[in-house]
Amino acid sequence: MRADTDTIDEFVASDYKYGFVTDIESESLEPGLGEEAVRFISAKKKEPEWLLEWRLKAFRHWEKLECPTWPHVKYPPVNFQDISYYSAPKKKGDGPKSLDEVDPKLLETYEKLGVPLHERARLAGVAVDAVFDSESIGTTFKADLAKEGVIFCSISEAVQEHPELVKKYLGTVVPYTDNFYATLNSAVFSDGSFVYIPKGTRCPMELSTYFRINAANTGQFERTLIIAEEGSHVSYLEGCTAPMRDENQLHAAVVELVALDNAEIKYSTVQNWYPGDEEGRGGIYNFVTKRGICKTNAKISWTQVETGSAITWKYPSVILKGDNSIGEFYSVALTNNMQQADTGTKMVHLGKNTRSTIVSKGISAGRGQNSYRGLVQVGKKATNARNFSQCDSLLIGDQCGAHTFPYIEAKNPSANIEHEATTSKIGEDQIFYCNQRGLETQDAVNMIVNGFCKEVFRELPMEFAMEAQKLLDVSLEGSVG
Amino acid sequence: MLQIKNLQAGIEDKPILKGINLTVNAGEVHAIMGPNGSGKSTLASVLAGRDGFDVTGGEALYNDNDLLDLAPEERAREGVFLAFQYPVEIPGVNSAYFLRSAVNAILKHRGEEELDAMNFLKAVKVKMKELGLGEDFLKRPVNAGFSGGEKKRNEILQMTMLDPRLAILDETDSGLDIDALRIVADGVNRLRSDDNAQVVITHYQRLLDYIVPDFVHVLHDGCIIKSGDKSLALELEEKGYDWLTKEAA
Repeated sequence: MRADTDTIDEFVASDYKYGFVTDIESESLEPGLGEEAVRFISAKKKEPEWLLEWRLKAFRHWEKLECPTWPHVKYPPVNFQDISYYSAPKKKGDGPKSLDEVDPKLLETYEKLGVPLHERARLAGVAVDAVFDSESIGTTFKADLAKEGVIFCSISEAVQEHPELVKKYLGTVVPYTDNFYATLNSAVFSDGSFVYIPKGTRCPMELSTYFRINAANTGQFERTLIIAEEGSHVSYLEGCTAPMRDENQLHAAVVELVALDNAEIKYSTVQNWYPGDEEGRGGIYNFVTKRGICKTNAKISWTQVETGSAITWKYPSVILKGDNSIGEFYSVALTNNMQQADTGTKMVHLGKNTRSTIVSKGISAGRGQNSYRGLVQVGKKATNARNFSQCDSLLIGDQCGAHTFPYIEAKNPSANIEHEATTSKIGEDQIFYCNQRGLETQDAVNMIVNGFCKEVFRELPMEFAMEAQKLLDVSLEGSVG
Repeated sequence: MLQIKNLQAGIEDKPILKGINLTVNAGEVHAIMGPNGSGKSTLASVLAGRDGFDVTGGEALYNDNDLLDLAPEERAREGVFLAFQYPVEIPGVNSAYFLRSAVNAILKHRGEEELDAMNFLKAVKVKMKELGLGEDFLKRPVNAGFSGGEKKRNEILQMTMLDPRLAILDETDSGLDIDALRIVADGVNRLRSDDNAQVVITHYQRLLDYIVPDFVHVLHDGCIIKSGDKSLALELEEKGYDWLTKEAA
């Protein structure tokens, strides 16, 4: 029916409210990628020789790689020589020792984003690390965490203060040879967060990192490493935004999680990078490698709500190495306007009695293209491995697309793998039904979308769940008139 | 309450309603009967504001205001309720949440205080009992996986909770067994008062044994070709529609 498409067209216009630019003097490396750039970054960070060598090995390997073309996304080739690989707010002297020395303009930026860094202003129970372009600008609650033996700092700082830990674990889950973007990241990663939870410790508060890309023509290559020692527990959240710019910006991060015996890591992401405008101009290319490894009885749970980025390409994965280990992946990915997402997970069952759960909810509106790509792999020795996957797609309007690419490889006959998939459409009849009961169209859409995502939101920490719900509402604003 | 004057409407270029005239006053129950394809459901859809129908002539006044000028949700808030012939499934959205949102949208419009979860539950549980609906019903997603009878009872539950001035029931009896029919009819009858009116669209006379109409209208090819009291329905039951449609032709 004619009127249907009109109303849906109107639904697809919304404003990105984090699109401002902070006017701050920054120190950027000239665009271009070569060994000098790698050396520059390493020197800038006063890194030890072994790390520089590791970066250089990665860089040399990267030169031999080709940009992957298998994801179900379309974009012009990225010219890696046009990107600046390092940008940081200019510091006076040796850099801030505490948040009080941080440039007030930076603090203001985070206030605007709703992430006040001053500890007194923080909601009790969440420690924050903020990464602005290439640099971590401050971590809150450090002292409180230190009392428990928890280390939460930028990875640059960890390299200086805890080199033995970084050296022991860096690249053990995502090796520098892993894939095109992970290799690039290994060569030029600038900053990111580092978390270490000692044996038997339950981290007393939520840890959170807030990533912000500010400078133009800059790539953000952060690297996050989380180590949970035996029997420890941590919940970690990350949030991301970027200014509105007409050109595309590259974000190629690597996250490595190590959950030792009986440890548990819960990693939640609310990703709201600038998605580009309605015509698909600008926006972040979000090409991310996230992976965790579980030792015996360990558990890793990924929860992600992806509403931003022009292109998202990420597969948070779990290697279930230890017996009885558990991997979980809960995802909501929204694509509106011209956004494209190719996202999913890999669950690699190696140990006995390993279990994994995948719940993926893809929402496509406008001309958005949303693909789920997931691999469930059961190794020869993984007796009694179990997996349950559920992939649901919701379409809003008739110009968007949803695609599912499930891969299953089972080498052990005792494996039990279930895959369920549904595709549904927010129909005009559903909207009319809600209208006829007195509900506004927008409220009806939000209600249906939130109902669709419920199983994933339930996995998020409380305040994040609220934020995620609001974010979806905003991202879909105006989609149906 | 409702005055329909020479209403003409259709889908794209195909005319379906070809000049309907009908006046419904507060306190009245009107039955609209007619063979398949006569325009009964179209009339209900146009009055409720469903997309895809073009009104090409005439008017419909609701409490002296132009009903057709209002958005569907505004009509609902003004007290127009449509019990759907095919209630729509909304997976993922729980029935309690849906119904409370609807009730509150209407209370808000009337300038009354919205119901909190506790008061809502209290109110809805009473109504559910009357309609023979189990308590798990509230936790289930709206209409998803409901049997035909449950869907229809859900429509009546919503109607009872939303307390409309003008209720239009579009073939609410279709697909109901005799017990469900009686429960649904009881629900409708409880709502009857001097302040509100009901338009009952039905194919068969048997619903009218339970919901006794003040007026019966026969719709044929987009026009009301005969009106009468409840005895007309009985006559139709006996003779079928043919004698009337031949007369009209």
